[in-house]
Amino acid sequence: MPEMSKVLLSISKAFQEEIVSKGSKIFDVEELLTLNSCIQCGSCVGSCPSGRKTAWRVRLIIREAQLGLRERALSKDELWHCTTCYTCQERCPREVMTTDIVRIIRNIAFEEGYVQPRHVLVAENFFKTGHSIPMKEEIKEMRRDLGLNEIPPTTLAYRKSLEEVKRLAEYSGFKEKLEKVKK
Amino acid sequence: MKKYAYFLGCITPLRYPNIEASTKIVMRELGIQLLEMNGASCCPAPGVFGSFDLFNWLILAARNLAIAENMGVDITVTCNGCYGTLQEAAYILRNPNKRSTINETLAKEGLSYEGNVEVKHITEVILDDIGLEKIKSLIKVPLNGLKVAVHYGCHYLKPRKIRGHGSAERPTFLDELVEALGGEAVDYKDKMMCCGAGGGVRSAFSDLALRYTLDKIRNIQAAEGDCVLNPCAFCHFQLDTGQKELMESKRLEKPVPVVFVTQLLGLSLGIPVEKLGLQYNKVPPYYLEKIGLKIA
Repeated sequence: MPEMSKVLLSISKAFQEEIVSKGSKIFDVEELLTLNSCIQCGSCVGSCPSGRKTAWRVRLIIREAQLGLRERALSKDELWHCTTCYTCQERCPREVMTTDIVRIIRNIAFEEGYVQPRHVLVAENFFKTGHSIPMKEEIKEMRRDLGLNEIPPTTLAYRKSLEEVKRLAEYSGFKEKLEKVKK
Repeated sequence: MKKYAYFLGCITPLRYPNIEASTKIVMRELGIQLLEMNGASCCPAPGVFGSFDLFNWLILAARNLAIAENMGVDITVTCNGCYGTLQEAAYILRNPNKRSTINETLAKEGLSYEGNVEVKHITEVILDDIGLEKIKSLIKVPLNGLKVAVHYGCHYLKPRKIRGHGSAERPTFLDELVEALGGEAVDYKDKMMCCGAGGGVRSAFSDLALRYTLDKIRNIQAAEGDCVLNPCAFCHFQLDTGQKELMESKRLEKPVPVVFVTQLLGLSLGIPVEKLGLQYNKVPPYYLEKIGLKIA
């Protein structure tokens, strides 16, 4: 058997299926299956502003997803260099849902513990305040000076709402994932 | 009088309350009523919380939508991130199957979302509910040829299928607003490039985000822009605070002032500079003197 066939035969569909199944809670399966349509033309990489500055390559991650190279896709730091600007997704001539597939791959990476320490802080802040960033004293002053309430009428002002949000993030399974990542 | 629930998000109330103040004043002036969304949380951020766990992201977004649904009004936002999340969540949750899955979880807190909320960016309120003709008739301080470089922000336009604002490569609506106010909309290299902050890049790789911002600012300076107009609190944060950081690390000598859409509109409507909170943008509003204004 020629060498190439062995390579092709060893391709695992499991990672692709995992991506489609994870994503299907949110997106239409038909859209997710565009993952199979990528022809490696490189329009995405040529459009990518992070690709100009770092080793992040959208085309490569899509290829790794197609070939079932799960660990390689999940473990690279560059996976987190995408700003989710959607330029690649909009320009893809095969209409591959590139940016959203990146978000799904990041979801899987997060579950597997591949996470940026600063992102853990953002998530923790959400459980403390219902916001992604903390309030600061200087901002309270600024708010007063501008004629606004010192504390905005969000989860910061409504304790019961904050508790509700925290419980929802627990029911969704997110709290458990975050606890696991922190270990 | 048209009413909206004003969804604040995080950056607007917690870093740039001048965006919140200017939006409230300008909308009052234009006859749009903004209602507080008591107990709202982070949207949650599309590229951050969406990158961690999309299912959790959708549930929490649905809760925010449900607050407005109970108030019987549509939502408006001053951040493209909040827009990105809430408009996309509203789009996804028009599908009854997706909605029933999310409602199973919301029900544990006695909540539900029935799919009745529209999410409009404050820019859409300005352009669609008020309109350029009406705005032109209200101008008290014309921008007098001020050179304004528009930054649209990625999540205002993309994905196009969901946002529905037409071209993401060559949009013109904010440039048209600038011209209607008497300014000159200047074109610049890589105008549609991201500010660099999205997708959790600012929080995890702040230096990479700053490199985007530096490119953007240099391109705007090459086109001789007097200021950057933007419709997004998060881009505003990155472009304004980001320039301060670039100056502190000696990578940028001269900054370009950043102005939020309701701040520039407020100036044209004759609202005092201090009420719009322009003194609280990190880069001082040097452009004011060009239109005969100053900070008292």
